[in-house]
Amino acid sequence: MNAPLNSVIDEGWTATITPHRGWFDWRLKQLWRYRDLIFLFVWRDFVSVYKQTILGPAWHIIQPLLTTITFTVVFGKVAKLSTNGVSPFLFYMVGTVFWGYFANNLTKTSATFVSNAHLLGKVYFHRLAIPISVAISNLVTLGVQLGIFLMCFAFQYTRGSNVHFTKWILLTPFYLLILGGYGFGGGIIVSALTTRYRDLANLVNFGVTLAMYATPVIYPVSAVPTHYRWVTQLNPLTVLMEGFRLGLLGVGSVDVAQLAASFGIMLVVLVVGLMLFTHVERIFMDTV
Amino acid sequence: MSTVISVENISKTYRLGDIGGATLREDFARWCAKLRGDPDPLLKIPDEHHARHMGDLFLALDNVSFEVKQGEVLGIIGRNGAGKSTLLKILSQVTLPSSGQIKIKGRIASLLEVGTGFHPDLTGRENVFLNGAILGMTKAEIRRKFDAIVAFSEIEEFIDTPVKRYSSGMYVRLAFAVAAHLEPEILIVDEVLAVGDASFQKKCLGKMGQVSREGRTILFVSHNGAAIKALCSKAVLLTNGAVTAFGVVSDVIAVYSSGTASAGSVIEWRDPATAPGNESIRISYIRTISPESDEAITVDTGVLIEIGFDNLRKDINLDCTIYLISSDGVLIFESGHIISSNCDSRCGFYHLTGRIPAHLLNAGRYFLNVLFGKDQRYVLFRMDEVVSFDVENTLTGRGLNMGVAPGIIRPMLSWRHSFEERCSLVKES
Repeated sequence: MNAPLNSVIDEGWTATITPHRGWFDWRLKQLWRYRDLIFLFVWRDFVSVYKQTILGPAWHIIQPLLTTITFTVVFGKVAKLSTNGVSPFLFYMVGTVFWGYFANNLTKTSATFVSNAHLLGKVYFHRLAIPISVAISNLVTLGVQLGIFLMCFAFQYTRGSNVHFTKWILLTPFYLLILGGYGFGGGIIVSALTTRYRDLANLVNFGVTLAMYATPVIYPVSAVPTHYRWVTQLNPLTVLMEGFRLGLLGVGSVDVAQLAASFGIMLVVLVVGLMLFTHVERIFMDTV
Repeated sequence: MSTVISVENISKTYRLGDIGGATLREDFARWCAKLRGDPDPLLKIPDEHHARHMGDLFLALDNVSFEVKQGEVLGIIGRNGAGKSTLLKILSQVTLPSSGQIKIKGRIASLLEVGTGFHPDLTGRENVFLNGAILGMTKAEIRRKFDAIVAFSEIEEFIDTPVKRYSSGMYVRLAFAVAAHLEPEILIVDEVLAVGDASFQKKCLGKMGQVSREGRTILFVSHNGAAIKALCSKAVLLTNGAVTAFGVVSDVIAVYSSGTASAGSVIEWRDPATAPGNESIRISYIRTISPESDEAITVDTGVLIEIGFDNLRKDINLDCTIYLISSDGVLIFESGHIISSNCDSRCGFYHLTGRIPAHLLNAGRYFLNVLFGKDQRYVLFRMDEVVSFDVENTLTGRGLNMGVAPGIIRPMLSWRHSFEERCSLVKES
């Protein structure tokens, strides 16, 4: 048997494996080295999904279009919900596209550990590569969908519809950053918790659907009765949905204090998510 | 030469029980019990007869230390369950140790499985990039080596076909080709060489030899002494989670094959209430051991099968049948024993023994299915792949050829030859 090796003096170790890993040991520098892998994951998501389909990438467009049409018919024509006086089709499309980005981020990143258990059990790479690649895929999808939105917008605009961009449109990337942060942060929190509580996986899917009704996605804040409005304002996503519409359609209102609060809460969610993810990553193979 | 891996007092404990399937309700019950000061209601009862069980914890690795120098090919050898896989997982950072530390110098790549992350719908070309990136290569690196990878895999003409259309041989070739072109300072290889055909295996071994000559370090894991001996200069023997030998490969292999560690496999249920079975049968133990006590099962020893069970059905015709399955799922034979044929079975404990003769099974891993029947027609209880055991290779009848003989069985035939002179066919020179 070999003697204990405490006497090893030579330096230059490049890695040390120890039982403990801090909550804040996120190894973001190491993550940068896996950027090629992240982009290959993104590419795989796009290429593999459309193999052996007829319509291929067109599904990215068909899905929000059909949802928008359904909403226009059900909420616009049948229920006659207010859309602040703008074209219901564009109103619902903005809601569908941006909410879809959030919902996809949340549900897909929340499956990180459970659906990749086999891969993660066989090889080490920075585990955040998976949820980050999901978030990037979703961003690409969103870009395509926004392109379709702009075409619909241009069509309606030329026909004299009451819609116009406002200067608030410049804040759209900032809103997206916050919205993406909520989806990603919330997703990795759920992914960390589902390694222990599988129940959550069931909750997420219909929870996101329910949350859509609790957020002004298919209705404007102004349609909420005044004495209930404070409840809506507690939802940090409210200001974002209003912000998208103010910039792209010229309706709604954005309160800067609320926006700042939403950003702050997003940072908390993100940090908590990274902490939980880092913690679970360490022990996950022994529990899944 | 400098040390590139230093493993220092590594231990790994696993919690026993169904922790993966926890629900909030179970955690809540546990938490309530803790508040009241009661013991954990969901804790598994500790097995005091097993030294590696400590309460509900299982010690998979026990204070393991060794070091690897640059350019060494180190074999890690041990029987099933000795902790080889756990050690590999810790070294490849898939899981963390419970205590101790490992220091590493240089880029490490591990190959616990060929084709990790292969996507069935993507083509061979696409999968080379994906798999390469998963194993830690950059895109530029893969592009540079792409032609070499494809040439090594010998499947040039199918490179643009989705891998789900590949034969398993082609799949493995491509997957190994990617792995073989990783250029880490340290390469960890599990028994991936066990797959693929013989000529490709040889090619892989050659590639690994070349890698080590280039001054890179290889850790090679196997339970096959012959393979370790052929490849490695030094070896570590793991027995029940602890290092029991470390040093020159031939010495370690000698310790390993002396077989004092464990012989065959034994599975026992001490408590009849939780033992597998039903209202007819309760299995107590199934052992597959070497007929010579404390020796490993080899091609030369044969296998002794012992089955102990409680029969709860009185006055029936009871029989027991075993099925022997090879590691690739082929049924090799079935063999039955009629325990009672005059409707006179008795309630109580039966102990059966059967013996697979020496020089019948080839080296490899086998599984046993056990089936209890009534009237040789009705199944009372069956358990599939209840025990696995390894038959180890010997050189009997193989001369200097070190490898495992091809074929499912390896009988020793009684060859004779005779000779007579036939001058008419021999040309005079």
